[in-house]
Amino acid sequence: MSQRITSSKAKSILAPNSSPAKQFNYTGSLWRDFIQETLALTKRLFIQLQRRPSTLIAGVIQPFMWLVLFGALFSKAPQSLFGDDLSYARFLAPGVIVFTAFSGALNAGLPVMFDREFGFLNRLLVAPLASRYSIVAASTIYIITLSFIQTAVIIAAGAFLGAGLPSLEGLSAIVLIVFLIVLGVTAVSLGLAFALPGHIELIAVIFVTNLPLLFASTALAPLNFMAGWLQVIASLNPLTYAIQPIRYLYLHSDWTLSSMVMNTPWGSVSFGSDILVLLAFDALVLFTIQPLLRRRFA
Amino acid sequence: MAAAVLIKNLQKSYGDVQAVKDISFTVQPGEIFGLLGPNGAGKTTTIRCLCTLAKPDGGKIEVSGISVVDRPKEVRRRLGYVAQEVAIDKVLTGRELLQLQAALYHLPKAVAKERIKQLLQLLGLTDYADKKTGTYSGGIRKRLDLAAGLLHQPELLILDEPTAGLDIETRIVVWDFLRKLKASGTTVLITSHYLEEIDALADRLAIINRGVVIDEGTPSQLKDKIGGDRVTLRIREFTPVEEAEKAKDILQSLPFVEEVIINTAQGNSLNLIVKPGNNSLSKIEQSLAEIGLPTFSLAQSRPSLDDVYLAATGQTLMDAELAAVETRDLKKEKKQQMK
Repeated sequence: MSQRITSSKAKSILAPNSSPAKQFNYTGSLWRDFIQETLALTKRLFIQLQRRPSTLIAGVIQPFMWLVLFGALFSKAPQSLFGDDLSYARFLAPGVIVFTAFSGALNAGLPVMFDREFGFLNRLLVAPLASRYSIVAASTIYIITLSFIQTAVIIAAGAFLGAGLPSLEGLSAIVLIVFLIVLGVTAVSLGLAFALPGHIELIAVIFVTNLPLLFASTALAPLNFMAGWLQVIASLNPLTYAIQPIRYLYLHSDWTLSSMVMNTPWGSVSFGSDILVLLAFDALVLFTIQPLLRRRFA
Repeated sequence: MAAAVLIKNLQKSYGDVQAVKDISFTVQPGEIFGLLGPNGAGKTTTIRCLCTLAKPDGGKIEVSGISVVDRPKEVRRRLGYVAQEVAIDKVLTGRELLQLQAALYHLPKAVAKERIKQLLQLLGLTDYADKKTGTYSGGIRKRLDLAAGLLHQPELLILDEPTAGLDIETRIVVWDFLRKLKASGTTVLITSHYLEEIDALADRLAIINRGVVIDEGTPSQLKDKIGGDRVTLRIREFTPVEEAEKAKDILQSLPFVEEVIINTAQGNSLNLIVKPGNNSLSKIEQSLAEIGLPTFSLAQSRPSLDDVYLAATGQTLMDAELAAVETRDLKKEKKQQMK
């Protein structure tokens, strides 16, 4: 099998590198190593996506169907129900944006779980990674990119279906909010991927969290439609804190950080403090999964 | 010079299963060292501890004098690991997988490109490099995994059951390759439950059974230790019991014969343990002729590693293997290893 290689050449190819640290310059630039491995792991996920695009296609078709179907479901509801001269499509679009991003992020742990189960993760864990957090970072970059693609499609479809289009400034705020919710939920999912015994359990958790969190948020209906107890839950649900400011952007062309985006049972929440709640959610999640990851990555 | 691998009193449990009770052995730089034992003996757990995939409960493990527990990252740089079940991403091509691997070991791009090209060529993978790994046969996958394990020129290559489930042809290719690897100065540690594999490849070996090392040495040391040559005799293709008994009586009286067993499972052939020396076979044949018995086949061999294993554990490796299959809960083990 090595006709084209002489035995002395083979010998030099196979010879161990007596000073790996020197030749490969491991020391000195942990950051460069971290970036190299993170990019390589991210590239793998995108190659997978490119060769198996069904997830992305489904992930774009599904929110589109949400928009059309839910829009049709409530199309004959009294106009004033969702606020003055507000179409349900316009009310719904922000809910679909956040819910789609949320679902995608919730699934972030699945590929990692499969890597664990198929032993591919071992390949990563025996490698001298600068930090094993690069595995987490790569998944996060991948999921956030996907969410942005989906969000762009929904915004475009929403505009087409009569939901309107926020200003450029508003759009950047949407990007920030989607980023924050996706980051937190992706971290939860990745944490679960390392904590749960297998993909069956992970899918079960995804299954029981996905739709209930949708219905216990303001994605489909405003807070004041809900029973008192559900209002309390919805006001604790991070999804609500992502949906409300985006909805505000969809409904108001002028907005500031002090604009009131929702009325929880315990008072109004401004745009600015809403963003702070999302930041606090991310911080809390990242802090909570630390020990989980460290236990695996020790 | 520090030992390539030093393992001393290693212990590791998964839940209530004590996979490794007390394992010690030393691998010298540049040798092929074999860990031989039936499935479930603790070989893979030992390897997992060595590769930094599992944390030992007790004992000492060093690679080139570096503690695996205290300085795992340095150890990871020095070793290549080829797992028993090749974990490859089916969607990637072989080249893409190697590129990923190179980045994980932080090879500079130019170095990576050259190493990948060389190893693909050396392992005869050039034609497959740009096909998805999902289309590969078991042998091609194994070769790709070998290339991946060697990209960063490790001092130590660890292979867990390198040829389990592979066809004979691939097995020979892998053996041949490992010999070349040794010749180039790389230390190789393999586990196997194939006696012939360890016998053919290993400079030295440790026999592991139920989480402990029961013997260590070169194959011929271990064989010499149990002493005696093995003689297999068939009087006829299928020998009647009476004839076998008659032959047994006469052979037992010969001075150089230590033991005679009638193997009923093999058509009443006779298995003899004889003192090493010349002419045993002709003397046996002669004694049989004297009582009027023919000789259908007669062969003398040195004790095999299976005889070593049998002497040490009281059962053959095959029997241990079958017993292990019955008692093992593979699903549970896999779950625990994922932890």
